[in-house]
Amino acid sequence: MRFSIYRYHPESGAKPVMQDYVLDIAPQGKMLLDAILALQESDPTLAVRRSCREGVCGSDAMNINGRNGLACVTPLADLKQPITLRPLPGLPVIRDLIVDLTQFYQQYRSIEPYLVNHDPEPEIERLQSPAERAELDGLYECILCACCSTACPSFWWNPDKFVGPAGLLQAYRFIADSRDQATNARLDDLEDPYRLFRCHSIMNCVAVCPKDLNPTEAIGKIKALLVNRTV
Amino acid sequence: MSLPKRTFDALVIGAGGGGLRAALQLAAADFKVAVVSKVFPTRSHTVAAQGGINAALGNVTPDNWYWHMYDTVKGSDYLGDQDAIEFMCRAAAQTVYELEHYGLPFSRLDNGKIYQRPFGGQSTELGQGQATRTCAAADRTGHAMLHTLYQQNIRAKTHFFDEFYAIDLVKDEEGYVLGAVALEIETGQPLLIEARATLLATGGAARIFRTSTNALINTGDGLGMALRAGIPLQDMEFFQFHPTGIAGVGNLISEAARGEGGYLINRLGERFMERHAPANKDLASRDIVSRAILVEIREGRGCGANNDHVLLKLDHLGADKITSRLPGVRDLARRFAHVDPIEAPIPVFPTAHYMMGGIPSNRHGQVVAPTVTGPEEPVPGLYAVGECACVSVHGANRLGGNSLLDIVVFGRAAGSHMLDYLRENPYPRPIPKDAPAPALARLARWERGGTGESIPEIREAMRRIMEEHCGVFRTGDSMQVGVDKMLALRERLAHAVLHDQSKIFNTARIEALELENMLETALASIVSACARAESRGAHSRVDFPARDDDNWLKHSLYFLAGTRLDYKPVRLKPLTVDSFPPLPRVY
Repeated sequence: MRFSIYRYHPESGAKPVMQDYVLDIAPQGKMLLDAILALQESDPTLAVRRSCREGVCGSDAMNINGRNGLACVTPLADLKQPITLRPLPGLPVIRDLIVDLTQFYQQYRSIEPYLVNHDPEPEIERLQSPAERAELDGLYECILCACCSTACPSFWWNPDKFVGPAGLLQAYRFIADSRDQATNARLDDLEDPYRLFRCHSIMNCVAVCPKDLNPTEAIGKIKALLVNRTV
Repeated sequence: MSLPKRTFDALVIGAGGGGLRAALQLAAADFKVAVVSKVFPTRSHTVAAQGGINAALGNVTPDNWYWHMYDTVKGSDYLGDQDAIEFMCRAAAQTVYELEHYGLPFSRLDNGKIYQRPFGGQSTELGQGQATRTCAAADRTGHAMLHTLYQQNIRAKTHFFDEFYAIDLVKDEEGYVLGAVALEIETGQPLLIEARATLLATGGAARIFRTSTNALINTGDGLGMALRAGIPLQDMEFFQFHPTGIAGVGNLISEAARGEGGYLINRLGERFMERHAPANKDLASRDIVSRAILVEIREGRGCGANNDHVLLKLDHLGADKITSRLPGVRDLARRFAHVDPIEAPIPVFPTAHYMMGGIPSNRHGQVVAPTVTGPEEPVPGLYAVGECACVSVHGANRLGGNSLLDIVVFGRAAGSHMLDYLRENPYPRPIPKDAPAPALARLARWERGGTGESIPEIREAMRRIMEEHCGVFRTGDSMQVGVDKMLALRERLAHAVLHDQSKIFNTARIEALELENMLETALASIVSACARAESRGAHSRVDFPARDDDNWLKHSLYFLAGTRLDYKPVRLKPLTVDSFPPLPRVY
């Protein structure tokens, strides 16, 4: 199979290039990550992050034939050749397919992604009905792979000011939690021309999410809560 | 070259559930804690745990911690230390409630309490009925736990060194651990992190096997560090093979699939566990189920064109149950086995999964090693929890749902004990000038140029040795061949070279350092296994098929120097209750 892969080695002083590779591999039943690991055996200089190899850790997000995704859950046989691999767009590249995710993580931290509840802790669990718990489905499963935020033009323009789809999805995960008591503070924090309202419902985030989550819908719900709060 | 230094009160190496739970304990008490992790914390392997965490909450069926203790002792094939097991089972409910208060999104029962499901090896009334003890967030419990603990550490302002790879511990002449040297992966620069207390929480090492349920990062880094610091490894012969890895690729299908009512079938469509474990059937202990699968295959009742796997049947559970309780299992089966379990069974095969052994520790998380003054003396300033540690609550075989429990119970306990230790030792001890030298020498070794074998070649050879000579069924002759091969491979690794000498995010350099740790872990495992002349739990000897309590009711200790073995007694005396004496283990 033929590959064209973005290569950048800052120590070499050279500009980034697209390097062609040919790999003898039977694609049936294999994932893209299998091919990348096989390429590394002959070219150990090719750098990529990877860990769980099954789509739950979020390490190996990259731009695959123009679309963000996880290499470990992208079937090799489905990809058009040459398979073109680039780092996630919009963030500084450290080396090859590895980007600097500092801004992405900063935005996640900025939404205070933890449960806030000021009541005394009961001796047992806080109760939550199955219906209340169901409100968290489609939110808590986020793996912070950054496919969505780095597919979002608003995040490309303002990664320092716009929270981005991943962070906003998590903001809504806590707003939607019946146990959380900080909804008003969370809404105050997001009521800002940049932090929330740079989302223009382009929906690239939904198209690329490898976990089939829907950040746009969550963002829409936050906006609706803000509107309801003012009337 | 001067080595940059950062100073903290406590250092945690590893950002899985155990490390993050301990870090939270320390940060919440206003100590300065640094967490070093070779990956961003939420990419640690805890994220892949699926089925749940055991605690006798009794939300579904009556339950109590004592029954849980009995099951865990029995599951361990009586090799577990009963003081640590009592401690863990007593602490379980409180620890789970605490996670819930932190925000962990557990699934819920109609009455609003935490959802629990049955799991293997668990019973009510000391072996009478099937218990329902495993608390779950769908089948993504580890993911939910790891993210929740990371979030709480953000709240507590824990200091993270993300993508730093720990090279070695730093010690003084008196044996105090004073921190560690870590490599910043992005820059390739070493950093000395000074701390009065250091916790190893580096997880497992099942990547020493060719087919594994584990993440690629599970390379036994803490085990290598402990060995090089002169600390032995305990019970390394006990590696768990999970009955239901996806055949051919190894990805885990959670025991939750059987807990929710799925079962295994052979080529004839027989529910064969009825023959192998008449009482508990598919929810017998994992070691029992894995061996049963291999017996079915060996006797010609395997499935597929090559009769080389069995099938896990779920379709009778119905689409609703599968999509609500097992969404992750369905996702993995569709992606990696190309079957939708709502319609067709999943091909499965026993797959290397979990290391019961590890760095010897006590129930406070202190690392203990034999010294002139006693067989189990704490190593001052050093702690270990989770899969890299051996406390030992799992003994010769771990029960499903007890690993997530182990990491949070002992992560919390270690954090608490470290707080006491820090208060008693308020000032850092001086770091001898040459103390970081061994760690730096380890780094420098890979700067040697020239020609030599590559890392992937040797790594593959190691995995083949483990697969061929140290699998589910073992014999002395074959293991001895394996030991000899592994020793020869260790020599080859000493002459291997790193072809890419660049500094910035050089993943090949990290893989070389990881392979050193994996190879020492593999050697510890096969040497310990070769010596243990009995069958107990996951260690199954064809040439010694019976358990031998007279000679082998004891823990193995493997030392790096001279690949020497020693033994120490099992702690059969619990904290408050009567001891569970070894009995024949029937499911």
